[in-house]
Amino acid sequence: MMFAAAALAILATMVLAMIRAIKGPTVYDRILAVNMFGTKTILLISVLGFLTNRPEFMDIALVYSLINFIGTIAIMKFFKFSHLGEPHTEDNLGDL
Amino acid sequence: MIADIFSWIFILGGCVFLVIGGVGVLRMPDLFTRMHAASITDTLGAGLLILGMMIQGGFTLVTVKLFLIMLFAFFAGPTATHALAQAALSMGIKPLLSQDRRPDAVQSDDKGDGL
Amino acid sequence: MLHNFSLGIVLFATWLLLSGHFEPLLIGLGIVSVALVVYISHRMDVIDREGHPIHLGPRAFTYFPWLIWEIIKANIDVARIILKRDMPISPTLFFVKGGQETELGQVVYGNSITLTPGTITVDIIDGQFEIHALTSEAADELERGEMDMRVTRMEGLKEQSE
Repeated sequence: MMFAAAALAILATMVLAMIRAIKGPTVYDRILAVNMFGTKTILLISVLGFLTNRPEFMDIALVYSLINFIGTIAIMKFFKFSHLGEPHTEDNLGDL
Repeated sequence: MIADIFSWIFILGGCVFLVIGGVGVLRMPDLFTRMHAASITDTLGAGLLILGMMIQGGFTLVTVKLFLIMLFAFFAGPTATHALAQAALSMGIKPLLSQDRRPDAVQSDDKGDGL
Repeated sequence: MLHNFSLGIVLFATWLLLSGHFEPLLIGLGIVSVALVVYISHRMDVIDREGHPIHLGPRAFTYFPWLIWEIIKANIDVARIILKRDMPISPTLFFVKGGQETELGQVVYGNSITLTPGTITVDIIDGQFEIHALTSEAADELERGEMDMRVTRMEGLKEQSE
């Protein structure tokens, strides 16, 4: 019962984030919304694990949280440098 | 029984903060203020929900995994937000400001210089 | 050496807790994998005070409860601003000076600022943190410098002898 309520609230937040992702207006707003959507997906997967009594879902949520973080950073990097590889020439240490 | 009551409190609290954060992301006027609203859902919203689930999980491996998810969210969340804010500012997105307390010399620094 | 050892412990604990299997074969495989990872990271020279900060140790445990309490207070503040009909925000961009000496301390301070809703670290230039705050009150709060003082104390360079 309580997990159903939690799943509903998470889904509502995901819808709100999705509206922001569609409305934009800049590409950074969309990235923010998609990142938020990703973290809510992690919560939704864990709540579903409890709802359907399948503790294996926690592993999926853990992996998804890693992928979501890397994905956001990769998109940021791509928009900033227009490529993902190639070390930059100036010396700025590990700039994101 | 008491554990159930506590998880209800934590999960409902988490839900409230999640929805408030979602509404904030829609209502706030510009990108940087929206980030503040998004960080509500990432810290207290997610934290309370996971805490409530941890109480339901009891002393099992599920609780450990939930704890790891929370820990990772707490370290990765600010990094992603910072990367987004820095990229947006250096690409010339002007934040909506009512006060700018920076010295004048650095204010022209926000264009896309080859970071 | 101590860092290698503690990295091994952490990795092996992760292996055990995430797998949930306790047969001798799987534990043996885990020990081999952990030894391999520790050896490779030792060769790559990535196990240092920055990558594996165990020297913060007990001081971190007094810092984090305080940080969590700050996060809760800031969350309630921002939530109330969002729920108000006219949204009384006054976004402020400002610099604050951090007293940390190492990059690790600066990262902890910058991440703590970002983790607290209402303030975001945008950039760090020579120990100066460029910060976007949702309200000017949040900016005033940060300029008072309590968080800075606590992070510097947690960094604990005063009694460090290594």
